Amino acid sequence: MTAILVTLCIILISIIVVQIGKVTELASKMRGEEEAELRSNRTQGGYQILFLIVFLGATIWSSIYYKDSMLWYGPNESASAHGGSIDYIFNITLFFTGIVFVVTQVLLFYFAYSYRARRGHKAKFVSHNNKLELVWTAIPAVVMTFLVVGGLDAWNEVMADVDPNEEYIEIEGTGYQFAWHLRYPGPDGQLGARDYKMISAKNPLGQVWSDEKNHDDFHPSEIVLPVDKKVRVRITSRDVLHNFYLPHFRVKMDAVPGMPTYFVFTPTITTEEYRQKLGALDANGQPKYPEWHEPSDPEDPESPPKYEQFDFELACAELCGSGHYSMRRGVRIVSEAEYENWLSQQQSYYEATIKGTEADPFAEAVSQEEGSEEETGMSEELIIEGEPAVGE
Amino acid sequence: MANVVTKPQVHEDDLLIEEYGYDDHFHDHHHGDKYQSNFITTYIFSQDHKMIAKQFLITGMFWAIIGALMSLVFRLQLGFPEENMAWLKPVLGKWITVNDAGIGSLAPEFYYALVTMHGTILVFFVLTAGLSGTFSNLLIPLQIGARDMASPFMNMLSYWFFFLAGVIMFFSLFLNTGPFSGGWTAYPPLSALPQASTGSGAGMTLWVVSLVFFVVSVLLGGINYITTVLNMRTKGMSMWRMPLTIWAFFITAIIGLLSFPVLVSAFLLVTFDRSLGTSFFLSEIFIGGQALDHVGGSPVLYQHLFWFLGHPEVYIIILPAMGIVSEVLSVHARKPIFGYKAMVYSILAIAFLSFIVWAHHMFMSGVNPFISNFFVIFTLIIAVPSAVKVFNWIATLYGGSIRFNAASLFAIGFVSMFISGGLTGIFLGNSAIDIQLHDTYFVVAHFHIVMGVAAFFGMFAGIYNWFPKMFGRFMNETLGKIHFWGTIVGAYAVFWPMHYLGMAGVPRRYYRFDSFEAFGTFEAMNQFITVAAILTFGFQLLFVINFFYSIWKGKKMTNRNPWNATTLEWTTPIDTGHGNWPGKLPTVQRWAYDYSKDGKEYIPQIQPVGDDEKPDSH
Repeated sequence: MTAILVTLCIILISIIVVQIGKVTELASKMRGEEEAELRSNRTQGGYQILFLIVFLGATIWSSIYYKDSMLWYGPNESASAHGGSIDYIFNITLFFTGIVFVVTQVLLFYFAYSYRARRGHKAKFVSHNNKLELVWTAIPAVVMTFLVVGGLDAWNEVMADVDPNEEYIEIEGTGYQFAWHLRYPGPDGQLGARDYKMISAKNPLGQVWSDEKNHDDFHPSEIVLPVDKKVRVRITSRDVLHNFYLPHFRVKMDAVPGMPTYFVFTPTITTEEYRQKLGALDANGQPKYPEWHEPSDPEDPESPPKYEQFDFELACAELCGSGHYSMRRGVRIVSEAEYENWLSQQQSYYEATIKGTEADPFAEAVSQEEGSEEETGMSEELIIEGEPAVGE
Repeated sequence: MANVVTKPQVHEDDLLIEEYGYDDHFHDHHHGDKYQSNFITTYIFSQDHKMIAKQFLITGMFWAIIGALMSLVFRLQLGFPEENMAWLKPVLGKWITVNDAGIGSLAPEFYYALVTMHGTILVFFVLTAGLSGTFSNLLIPLQIGARDMASPFMNMLSYWFFFLAGVIMFFSLFLNTGPFSGGWTAYPPLSALPQASTGSGAGMTLWVVSLVFFVVSVLLGGINYITTVLNMRTKGMSMWRMPLTIWAFFITAIIGLLSFPVLVSAFLLVTFDRSLGTSFFLSEIFIGGQALDHVGGSPVLYQHLFWFLGHPEVYIIILPAMGIVSEVLSVHARKPIFGYKAMVYSILAIAFLSFIVWAHHMFMSGVNPFISNFFVIFTLIIAVPSAVKVFNWIATLYGGSIRFNAASLFAIGFVSMFISGGLTGIFLGNSAIDIQLHDTYFVVAHFHIVMGVAAFFGMFAGIYNWFPKMFGRFMNETLGKIHFWGTIVGAYAVFWPMHYLGMAGVPRRYYRFDSFEAFGTFEAMNQFITVAAILTFGFQLLFVINFFYSIWKGKKMTNRNPWNATTLEWTTPIDTGHGNWPGKLPTVQRWAYDYSKDGKEYIPQIQPVGDDEKPDSH
């Protein structure tokens, strides 16, 4: 029944459309083709200007309306040390392209309007103008050079790996369908070796237990980091491509099975400070960002405002299958003291789950221990050796 | 009808051709026209380039409607995730799961299948075959003064391989496990492992087979276009006298010929990985509770191969549209295209650069960050020839006498879209900014405006402009204008807001946004986009109705050159038969853009040059 109704509707609409077409065609015939064309040129020329005004107006209005979501403006400020340079390049580019955008759109629609065909108006024969063409080839070339230099400068600084001698925290994020598995190195500051063949329900990352560096590694359910400390995230995948994406920190890097990648960043603002910033009041005592003062639970007006519930987030930004949209982990940036406190509460995965079980190579007699260590020692070294190879 | 056309005894163009053209004795050999003797050879297995062009166009329109409907379904999901979708159950079947309360929702697997199919169909079937296939076929022989393509038989095969590719892709929509759902880029391991996603089983197999046939079609067409342009130009039609449409189709065909085979090699290797246990793209994978044996491959390698086609592909899509727009703007502004040679050189520059920028799609894929430096530089250099083209189009309008009809409106709209979408490319091509914007809605906004909507605008400009050549009738102008204004407003309403989503960091290819605090605050905007998309689609139906109505009932063409254009296709009779010109082939005397020269409204290319006149004004 619905199908018939829908078909009927479509047929009716088609008939109406065709009739509109016919009527205007007849009208133009009555008025005379030339007269009709001139009339249409006049109205269409007017529409060009109308569209230009509405279009530019809408772009300006929308950019003001959404300024809070634009990089650098409003609360969407970077929460990492390198993020500022990205936002800066973004805004420099926005400035230049903004000028070009307005100038070219205005000229396009204005020329269309002002050179519409009308009685007594003839087109000029202008085929080229080498000087003019040289100028407008050179200008974009200069602007591009400027943007390339600025962009690459920032890029090479952001993407540089850590210097082995400097102080940094290394953590590991492993993507799998459909979540992130996190690993911290524990007190020794070093992540233990992994072998994907050893992955099992009890060993989700395939840690090689004969590698003692693994023994203090722990698997938290959220990322907790101290503010103002350099962090190197080792990014790996267990199955398909994922992407380790921290939107607030301007961090994004693919997780590639078989090829660990990395991203180095320094958080500059704690979660608590960021919440305060979102909930800040302006000079008149009004909320600066009213949207963050709405109740966090729309059903319950008594619930705490959104800014108090704010958390940094880890997401996946590379299509990885049907659960791609749900790979969330919380990220908490805390003070140094809170971080130490949190660290001390974490229990190593080995201690909690593996020690003394069948999977533990150290559970057997001391005599067998050496042999098994040598055996797996090989592959362990290979894995560590291959680790820094980002790219080909 | 009251105004029955009285055929002029001899058309002045025919007199010119008779006097200056040359006789290739074509009609001595083609008595009875063996090519178009019955229904099947005329309409189905036709070897006439004009009929093949129509076949490409109508098949492309079919796929455009399918692809657009798919986008509406996933837009409904994004805009109104809580709404009841049970009403779609009769169409989508088991992909709509209805809960106890009777509320139907779209399965995430099928959401991703829709996104994947939308991309594949639009990029390959509509904007490659439907655009380049249609207009290269229609215009190359007509505008260079050839009887047909160099190999009409191969040309016919080109269409039928495309058709076959379409049949296979269409069939894959009805698989029990669903069509392929790993994104139009089909990155392994997701695409290589059936365990990774339901669509990566039979769906992926059919997807690969379909696209291999599609590449065969592109290559058969491309070889034909290149050969025809190089060898079959009529007397006097030097390369520097070709209309910009032909330049664009010619360069497009070369890009396609050089890049599409690389895609096939990537597909071949992925097929080996899938079926023969090789490890080109797979390494150290634990999936479905099991560690696979594949070691040593790299998924990044696939991305290099894919984007070696993938990036030139966007120019394969946009260059023909650029060529059409250059021609249409010039004809309807009654002015020569500004900077003809600069336009050609910028096409050549874009084509060359398109081959050395592919890794800008891979800044965040784990390639060595040092390598990205080169790709940033080459990518941003493309802004220069693109800017030259835009300035030249605007300068073409300057001082013109512009006739506003559906064709010229869409050409102007193309320039506006190309500016808006091209400028955002400058953000994304700069790797530092790409860290934040990569794989967000900013990218979706960018490429939809610059190569999706813009290419469609080029295509519409071409259809409205050459419809009389194809069918001997006009499309309805009023409906065309309504179509234009509805589409330009609608397309901006759909894609402009996505920039803000992207700047806020919202990733693309998300089935829902509410798992994340940072991404879930744009409900109103997503609803607005969905409503705008539905309305814009409605305006496209207006076009479809206008198109098919006008084929049979449109206003008849009474003058063989309705736009007063200079190019050769308008010197053929209204009812253009096989072989295009009834007698001799025309000889070209001048370049293609003598509009408003020396007080004459236009001077056709077949008009001999006067004593005090230059043949080419570039």
